[in-house]
Amino acid sequence: MTSSALKHSSRFSRDRWLVAVLTGAAALSAAILVFVVVFLARESWPALDRIGVTRFLSDDGWFPTSGRFELTPMLAGSLIVTLGSLLVAAPVGVGAAVFTQFYAPGAIARWYRRAMGVLAGVPSVVLGLFGLMTIVPWIARIRAPGASVLAGALLLALMILPTIVLMTDAAFAAVPRSQLSAAAALGYGRWTTIRRIALASARPSIVSAIVLALARAIGETMVVLMVCGNVVQYPSSPFSPVRTLTANIALEMPYATTLHRSALFVGGLLLVLAVGLAFWCLARFQIRLERDD
Amino acid sequence: MIERSADRIAGWIAAACALSVLGLFGWLIADLVGRGVTHLSWDLLTSEPMDAGRAGGIAPILGSTGLILAIALVSAAPLGLATALFLAEIGRRHGRARRWVGGSLDLLAAVPSIAFGLFGNALFCRWLGMGFSILSGGLTLGCMILPWITRTVEQHLRSVPESYRLGGAALALSQSTILWRLIVPSARRGLVVGVVLGLARAAAETAALIFTSGSVMRWPSSLFDSGRSVSVHIYEVALNVPGGGGAAYASALVLLVSLIVIQSLASVLTEHWLGRGESA
Repeated sequence: MTSSALKHSSRFSRDRWLVAVLTGAAALSAAILVFVVVFLARESWPALDRIGVTRFLSDDGWFPTSGRFELTPMLAGSLIVTLGSLLVAAPVGVGAAVFTQFYAPGAIARWYRRAMGVLAGVPSVVLGLFGLMTIVPWIARIRAPGASVLAGALLLALMILPTIVLMTDAAFAAVPRSQLSAAAALGYGRWTTIRRIALASARPSIVSAIVLALARAIGETMVVLMVCGNVVQYPSSPFSPVRTLTANIALEMPYATTLHRSALFVGGLLLVLAVGLAFWCLARFQIRLERDD
Repeated sequence: MIERSADRIAGWIAAACALSVLGLFGWLIADLVGRGVTHLSWDLLTSEPMDAGRAGGIAPILGSTGLILAIALVSAAPLGLATALFLAEIGRRHGRARRWVGGSLDLLAAVPSIAFGLFGNALFCRWLGMGFSILSGGLTLGCMILPWITRTVEQHLRSVPESYRLGGAALALSQSTILWRLIVPSARRGLVVGVVLGLARAAAETAALIFTSGSVMRWPSSLFDSGRSVSVHIYEVALNVPGGGGAAYASALVLLVSLIVIQSLASVLTEHWLGRGESA
């Protein structure tokens, strides 16, 4: 064997090693999601097996220490607070993006985007603190106790707004210039162009932004834990306190044991499945759009 | 004429939306500074907490936070770099594998942090027997920030000019030489930005830590000790300690200022290195 062939073979074996190591690392990274689901399912199993799915929906209230495990009020709480936050954040966020992309002077728009980038990183526990100490007392002046669906929805809206603004703004920026100049050539005004061309063309990306925001809001813990009051009940008005699925886990994990602990893992599993479902719907939606084009 | 006034009204409404978002955050920051700044002092950063956190400083809490973040980064950065190299370089020939790995990371990035907390509690604290410890919390956060580090590094790897790879191949360099000598040095910056972004995410996290690293306030004696992060401290003191509001505000101010510094650093580095003005 010549020396060059030797060099060759060692070189290729090094390449093989490299490929093997990198592929292994990628497989491990991909496996973490599987681990998350498997461990949540494994810990949920005792509850799913011994309590059963139907009792989570039909038991007489949530009193886990005396064996009553109704999850539906908290499920409803999570959904109501999340939808409330989207009701506020979606129109305001799209409006703010219209402003930065079409109305604001360039320098202000750049500055505004940078501010949104920084504000998107405000920790949720800080938002929760602000809500607990400032927003809740404000709401309490209108109607006690203040810690309520309304407080949760407003603060979650604040949490997801910067991301909605940035993603919608990016979607507007991606509208083909040719479409905008064609609209100008037809004599459309700015507002008609935004309404007929930009909003229509950016709609799929705006929908994605809102679905991602929904996934974040429904999984958020600290904000709702600190400002929603955590009473297990179906809220009767925006001013009623409510407990979400996430807050329930955070409140009871420290002392829960055996079946109770397992029931809390069922809540966690449910959250992951909800986020997975949202992603799946989004992927289907995007595939359908591509096919229609 | 109608069009003109419609345009003007739409402009006012859009501006009002933009201003209201900024105004609410302005209120938040003013509130934080107004109530937190009076408690802010050098002693806060250097002394130990007293009276369940109402008084005294947060030095041991800063120490625990540093350890938790260090473990998260040490565990996630190498794995993230290797996975990004797979996605951007090796996986080019394996489209399906790349899609699966990428898709799984995107979904992992969307998993709620409380679910990471439950997962970390089940895997690290219980199954691997690490208990409530800085190690458990750090590894849980490592899993959480892995997708962010990976995607950032991958983005930077993709911005390495194709000519580097072709040139290397034309010189008959092995793939490993091309990667280590040409691609990784050019993407080193991506790793730095990815790590800084991951750090910001991890430092902001609370729910994943409450029942993985726990909430013990004293100085940790080892990585197997429970330790309270700044974010958990804010939550505990604000919600569970009557009269702890002021202390919570001071810690929140410390956390927010550090995060703004970290994030500004990340966006300055990104703008500088990727040459884009818009990637805030």
